[in-house]
Amino acid sequence: MLRIEGLSAEIDGKEILKGIDLEVPTGEVHAIMGPNGSGKSTLSYVLSGREGYEVTGGTATLNGVDILAMEPEERAAAGLFLAFQYPVELPGVGNATFLRTALNAVRKGRGESELDAMQFLKVARQRMKALSMPEDMLKRGVNVGFSGGEKKRNEILQMAMLEPSMAILDETDSGLDIDALKIVSDGVNAMRGPGFSALVITHYQRLLDYIVPDRVHVLMGGRIVKSGGPELAHELEAQGYGAIQEGLPSKHRFDGGEAAA
Amino acid sequence: MPAVNETIEAVQSVTESTYKWGFETDIEMEFAPKGLNEDIVRFISAKKNEPAWLLEWRLRAFALWKTMETPLWAAVKHPPIDFQDSYYYAAPKEKVGPKSLDEVDPELLKTYAKLGIPLREQEILAGVEGAGSTPAEGRMPIAIDAVFDSVSVATSYKERLGKEGIIFCSISEAVQEHPDLVKKYLGSVVPQGDNFYAALNSAVFTDGSFVYIPKGVRCPMELSTYFRINAKSTGQFERTLIIADAGSHVSYLEGCTAPMRDENQLHAAVVELVAMDDATIKYSTVQNWYPGDAEGKGGIYNFVTKRGACRGARSKISWTQVETGSAITWKYPSCILQGEDSVGEFYSVAITNNYQQADTGTKMFHIGPRTKSTIVSKGISAGHGQNTYRGLVRIGAKATGARNFTQCDSLLIGDLCGAHTVPYIENRCMSAKVEHEATTSRIAEDQLFYCRQRGLTQEEAVGLIVNGFCREVLKELPMEFAVEAQKLLQISLEGSVG
Ligand SMILES: Nc1ncnc2c1ncn2[C@@H]1O[C@H](COP(=O)(O)OP(=O)(O)OP(=O)(O)O)[C@@H](O)[C@H]1O
Ligand SMILES: [Mg+2]
Repeated sequence: MLRIEGLSAEIDGKEILKGIDLEVPTGEVHAIMGPNGSGKSTLSYVLSGREGYEVTGGTATLNGVDILAMEPEERAAAGLFLAFQYPVELPGVGNATFLRTALNAVRKGRGESELDAMQFLKVARQRMKALSMPEDMLKRGVNVGFSGGEKKRNEILQMAMLEPSMAILDETDSGLDIDALKIVSDGVNAMRGPGFSALVITHYQRLLDYIVPDRVHVLMGGRIVKSGGPELAHELEAQGYGAIQEGLPSKHRFDGGEAAA
Repeated sequence: MPAVNETIEAVQSVTESTYKWGFETDIEMEFAPKGLNEDIVRFISAKKNEPAWLLEWRLRAFALWKTMETPLWAAVKHPPIDFQDSYYYAAPKEKVGPKSLDEVDPELLKTYAKLGIPLREQEILAGVEGAGSTPAEGRMPIAIDAVFDSVSVATSYKERLGKEGIIFCSISEAVQEHPDLVKKYLGSVVPQGDNFYAALNSAVFTDGSFVYIPKGVRCPMELSTYFRINAKSTGQFERTLIIADAGSHVSYLEGCTAPMRDENQLHAAVVELVAMDDATIKYSTVQNWYPGDAEGKGGIYNFVTKRGACRGARSKISWTQVETGSAITWKYPSCILQGEDSVGEFYSVAITNNYQQADTGTKMFHIGPRTKSTIVSKGISAGHGQNTYRGLVRIGAKATGARNFTQCDSLLIGDLCGAHTVPYIENRCMSAKVEHEATTSRIAEDQLFYCRQRGLTQEEAVGLIVNGFCREVLKELPMEFAVEAQKLLQISLEGSVG
């Protein structure tokens, strides 16, 4: 389970996260929604240890272990996975090579034996089939020349292979066509269970029809300003973020409230 | 697929942060007196029982060398080399002829083992009972001619190659056994006075490999030489000559290592290739001479002249090199495209880390009509490394319809290193087409983070990205050596990223 308390962080001296409190119990899927620029991706980077994001306060633990002090690869080995909003291209690095290297690195970190080429291929083929990915994608360079949707699917393939205990999916739904949305959601739902939790960042209620969250949180101005059940997503879809903004005490208002108005 | 995975395994298994080939072998050596003069040239020639014509050939080279000056145009810096402060001949005292493989000094075999010469080849080198000439299951057979300091001590697979009429032996042996071939081709591609280091080599070369592939024969295995510099203060001057007769085909691999030493050692090889009508020569090099320590102390000075002549129509010469070692690398494997429709290729990866300097590239001389050349150069600089691609594409007036494509990519790791591209294009033919592309990039922070988020350490991530960057070149290497090359890339870059 992921427990975040009072987490604040800055980039280049600019404070982006301003005290996040959030708990995702084991086995649950939570959604994070929020306006552009509110700090959703920043939160995912801070949790996964990206360089340049400085934690200025608060704590974050994964299954009771403080992750903020770890190297990014140690967090990955500890079970944290981030599906990137913008998956990165690695020219010349074969997708299969990358997947297998990553898988064995994570397995090693977990004290499991490494998979040989045959074992790896077997698992990879299975997972790709489930995600309706053509097998020749294994041979191509990581994300190189992939369409937007293919890149997202590739992220989910990596998640399915690495079997994390905590996955953060940053706008994995954007760029997916209707069928792909369903396939990817099925992929995530298949992993749901006692050993898996997820934080799903999205702008659209539609995804949450497929991946039904246990909780929905609204992130605005670097804070979780509202939490609720799946119905909260419907409310947001109907009324937008403005309504929430209105209801907040001015010190929590994204626009600074009356002072700025 | 499986091979690719094997590669990754190999890449991952590498954790040593030092030059792991830095061992010395304790074998009794025989030296010529230190220094260089006519007597030394005569001494070497006499030691090798050479015919009079070869001694004269050497002496002519020596006379030329004395009139020449060290070339200064390359972008490399080093203190002047004292050519009198070196030994020009060193040989293991025990006479180990190729016919008595089982008498090979165990120390030498240990050396081969440390070099990573495949076990099977070691057994064959050592003449182990029943080792025969069949390679281990599933492996491409490889024949090895090992040059240990100055004398080629052993050659394997000779019999099997002999059946095809292929000659693969040390050049000293070829001088004795096939003098006509040697006389006809030696110096025919790289003349004695070609350049300062080639002249030096011509005067004092001690050994190297000789290959002759007869008409229409496809060499059934990779031919391979492992060079190794062992004795202190010996220059290594090998001379390699490969002749592919009409319609023949050969793939040759050269791998090099040298022990760790504080002083700089000189290596000045000459390689000549000749391809007749429809013949193909593929020449691959994996060079990991000792690069010097992290402060730039020690390391090999590698001044090499490699040139191939595509004499015949439709002949093809392809150079592939992975240069990870040496303090200084100065080499320009070149192709003289004489035969019509002949093809020259140059695929290169050069890494410079710490204080290494590399000035390397190629020259493509288009002489015949419709000749074609491809140049793909990948330069990687890290630490204080300086990497220069220097290339010449010259298209003569008669090379109608000639084509060249050049791609030079540089990858920078850190802020203290440098990458330079110096392409010369001389085109005297209207109908020829020359294309040149060049890029310089850095390993992006988001690429590193992406890899690390997936569980790779910083160094594994760099290794993976660099291997991806070099892929177009690495895929040209025979699979066996591609694995080794990828390992080397990672080792060479260790500590290069904070
Ligand atoms: N290097 C930087 N310097 C200053 N501000 C930055 C830097 N990087 C990001 N930001 C700012 O941080 C804020 C949060 O960005 P973040 O990417 O976390 O938003 P988001 O909630 O994921 O938005 P979206 O929904 O558009 O993906 C934005 O205002 C962004 O401009
Ligand atoms: Mg975002």
